[in-house]
Amino acid sequence: MKSIEIKDLSLNFGDLKVLENLNLDITDGEFLVLLGASGCGKSTLLNCIAGLLDISDGQIFIKGNNVTWKEPKDRGIGMVFQSYALYPQMSVEGNLSFGLKNAGVPRAEIAERVARAAAVLQIEPLLKRKPSQLSGGQRQRVAIGRALVREVDVFLFDEPLSNLDAKLRAELRVEIKRLHQRLSNTMIYVTHDQIEALTLADRIAIMRDGKVQQLDTPHVIYNHPVNKYVAGFIGSPGMNFMQGKLNGGDKPRFATGQLNVDLTRYNFENGHALDGSDAWLGVRPEHVSVGQEATQKAFSHEVAVEVVEPMGSDTLVWTTLADQEFRFRMDGQKSVEVGETLNIGFDPVSASVFDIQTENRL
Amino acid sequence: MTTMEAIGPRPKRILDPTRIMIYSVLIVAALYYLLPLYVMIMTSLKGMPEIRLGNIFSPPVEVTFEPWIKAWDTACTGLYCEGLKVGFWNSVQILIPSVIISIAIASVNGYALSFWRFRGAEVFFTILIFGSFIPYQVMLYPLVIITRELGIFGSLAGVIFIHTIFGMPILTLLFRNYFASLPQELFKAARVDGAGFWGVFLKIMVPMSPPIFVVAIILQVTGIWNDFLFGVIFAGTKNFPMTVQLNNIVNTTQGVKEYNVNMAATILTGGVPLLIYFLSGKYFVRGIAAGAVKG
Amino acid sequence: MANQDRPNPYFRNLNAKVAATPMILTTMIVFVGCSLWTVIYSFSASRALPVNEFVGFAQYERLFNTSRWNKSVENIAFYGIFSLVFSLVVGFVLAAFMDQKIRFENTFRTIYLYPFALSFIVTGVVWQWILNPTLGLQEAVRSLGWESFTFDLIADRDTVIYALLIAGIWQGTGFVMALMLAGLRAVDDEIWKAARVDGIPKWKTYIFVVIPMMRGVFITTLVIIASGIVRLYDLVVAMTAGGPGIASEVPAKYVYDFMFARANVGQALAASTVMLTTVLIILIPWIYLEYGKKKKG
Repeated sequence: MKSIEIKDLSLNFGDLKVLENLNLDITDGEFLVLLGASGCGKSTLLNCIAGLLDISDGQIFIKGNNVTWKEPKDRGIGMVFQSYALYPQMSVEGNLSFGLKNAGVPRAEIAERVARAAAVLQIEPLLKRKPSQLSGGQRQRVAIGRALVREVDVFLFDEPLSNLDAKLRAELRVEIKRLHQRLSNTMIYVTHDQIEALTLADRIAIMRDGKVQQLDTPHVIYNHPVNKYVAGFIGSPGMNFMQGKLNGGDKPRFATGQLNVDLTRYNFENGHALDGSDAWLGVRPEHVSVGQEATQKAFSHEVAVEVVEPMGSDTLVWTTLADQEFRFRMDGQKSVEVGETLNIGFDPVSASVFDIQTENRL
Repeated sequence: MTTMEAIGPRPKRILDPTRIMIYSVLIVAALYYLLPLYVMIMTSLKGMPEIRLGNIFSPPVEVTFEPWIKAWDTACTGLYCEGLKVGFWNSVQILIPSVIISIAIASVNGYALSFWRFRGAEVFFTILIFGSFIPYQVMLYPLVIITRELGIFGSLAGVIFIHTIFGMPILTLLFRNYFASLPQELFKAARVDGAGFWGVFLKIMVPMSPPIFVVAIILQVTGIWNDFLFGVIFAGTKNFPMTVQLNNIVNTTQGVKEYNVNMAATILTGGVPLLIYFLSGKYFVRGIAAGAVKG
Repeated sequence: MANQDRPNPYFRNLNAKVAATPMILTTMIVFVGCSLWTVIYSFSASRALPVNEFVGFAQYERLFNTSRWNKSVENIAFYGIFSLVFSLVVGFVLAAFMDQKIRFENTFRTIYLYPFALSFIVTGVVWQWILNPTLGLQEAVRSLGWESFTFDLIADRDTVIYALLIAGIWQGTGFVMALMLAGLRAVDDEIWKAARVDGIPKWKTYIFVVIPMMRGVFITTLVIIASGIVRLYDLVVAMTAGGPGIASEVPAKYVYDFMFARANVGQALAASTVMLTTVLIILIPWIYLEYGKKKKG
């Protein structure tokens, strides 16, 4: 069943089109992540769903109800903000119960719901404290609790972990995932952090300039990005892009400089390659093999090591392939020196080819 | 001569000539600023014969509080000789409602401008801010006509009305800037929690804003207490504020000038804003700095 | 399909609009309406009461043929330029000295700023007494033995304006100092570190780096004190009442006297329109600068 349905949603600020003809269906209990660089419209979309921004055109349905013109409080949503947005002068308990008091929920029920949410989030000892007496992680837990007590079907998260340090972020990420598994509410989660997106999402919507670029499972997005933007955005370190030409007819090849990459095993979107067209070949640094292993790949070549970035578990090596910058990952335990020559190779099946004009996947 | 090897903390020069120059300038300036306060106090504690000897700087040989009592109780302002106390209570009566009404209106205004923007709001606000630079004299006569038509010219209500109007630009600016500095997400969270226009204001924003209310109160109390022009025109003879009465006492042409009484009256009139200033320190600075912050 | 009422755009944000009504009324009726009324009726033949008989520039002709008005304009121009330059320079220098991590900074600031908490009436009365030619400062110095010492600014037609300046500057320089100090504190600390590493002397850093960076603070301060100077009134009333003769008259006092004491509303309105024009000449370039900046940014 559909939990949220967005139909032809547009939002303009004067002449500026922030969101354009956006359509989105979210099923019940789904965890959807809106991912994109800052200014792509992801937070704006979330605010539209929450009713905090008035849209210019289109419709929004939550649980089958048209909520397009409804007040935020009447939409059946709970929201968690980046800055936590806790009411500073109220205790944790006051923060949790403020919305329920406004809705005229009986006192006994408020107490019950607050207790339940506090138990779920393990914040019972904090109930009498003021937000200023809490740590960042505790504050974010309270903010989630505020959404929890509303007992709504849809949770909206607006970059909830961005203000936390890396360690705490990882902890709370898991906790949000656990919470979702336990409550199975629909959750929409806005972030610019791809790790958060990949780890949490059932599906990810990658946005750019107010449009959804790709909406799919993390697996598909990582392995089959629909365009060069998505390919470059997902994955860290980013994908290598080499510019070249497609040719070879039935036995398609990607030619760049003196190099030829055999694409016979690559699955073209429309079944075959467009002979003679310019294209990008995208290869993820982690899909590159080194040394003995490399010679067994469909493509292999010898390169000189230029820069070495050790990162602990693995090492990122910078080199040049066909006069273009190229990075690859290798085991962090193996030693590698600048100037050393290495054999590298990859399998075109795991690569991506994009049209040079439209930047769409071929 | 042996050169000392540089080790440990760098030796400090105790009498750095630049520092001496800086402190001298600051102290001389401070003396200029303090001089009138000193003269005021000394003169107010002397008897007239001692004043006629002609050294305003000398401390009183014989301290007397007679001038203070006279200034408060019996000094003549034109025809009446009831002292400054009348003006003091008039000022209090003008001050309290003016401060409350102007701050109530401006805080709601600033809040609406920060969180509930509607079409045209910014235009009115901009005119309001630039309007505050227009000399009062330009608007005086029409305001006399308006207050007369409303039946409040020459009354407490009239002068309170005028103070509310002319306090609006700076106070609205103050509150708007303060509320704009609060996180928008707090406002959004409160709306998701079902609070409306007044709910957000009274339950979330006001409890977060005591400092800015203090700044606004200081700004208004000193501003209204020190006002002369509006008091003399709009309050009516019976309700003249303290500043107007002080001027009448000092610059009355009848009788012998009693400088000690004049100075006692001056200290009494300046006392309220001075007290507020000394007690509030950094809030006062924040209030006047708010005037310089652009909208 | 939509089983709800489309919100009427005029009633959206209704509470906010109701709350802003006092501001809207003040803006439109007082700041715009009253100013326009004054400008329009400054062209009328109004005497004791405003009348609808319009006489073109007759009031202005009379105004600029009145020696008291011309003296007022001359005075305010002189007073304005002197107090602007003086308070900006002294205010900045004091602020720069205060910014040298000095001891007792709070005490100094409290001393410099307290006159600003006092009204112009109090200021005028105090300085009138200090400058009193028979019993004030002059007599005090003479009694110390310097018999020929003269300091009777306030009693002399040619110098009375300096007396006003001394009092006005005493009252207002602390304010300029406070604004400048706030401006100096807003300058990034790393600018100072960079200048120190580069070996640039402090005074040079102030003149070539810090002051240009504080352009905005200077302009804002200038506009605020300039528009305050135009309405100078209370100080004159309390200190000199415009005398000796008409030697210390100012435009704001001219307006008040003609409006309420002399029952010549037409003259008062023409005079206040001239004041308005002066303020606009100060304001418009400033507004232009402000808005020009915003558009580019």
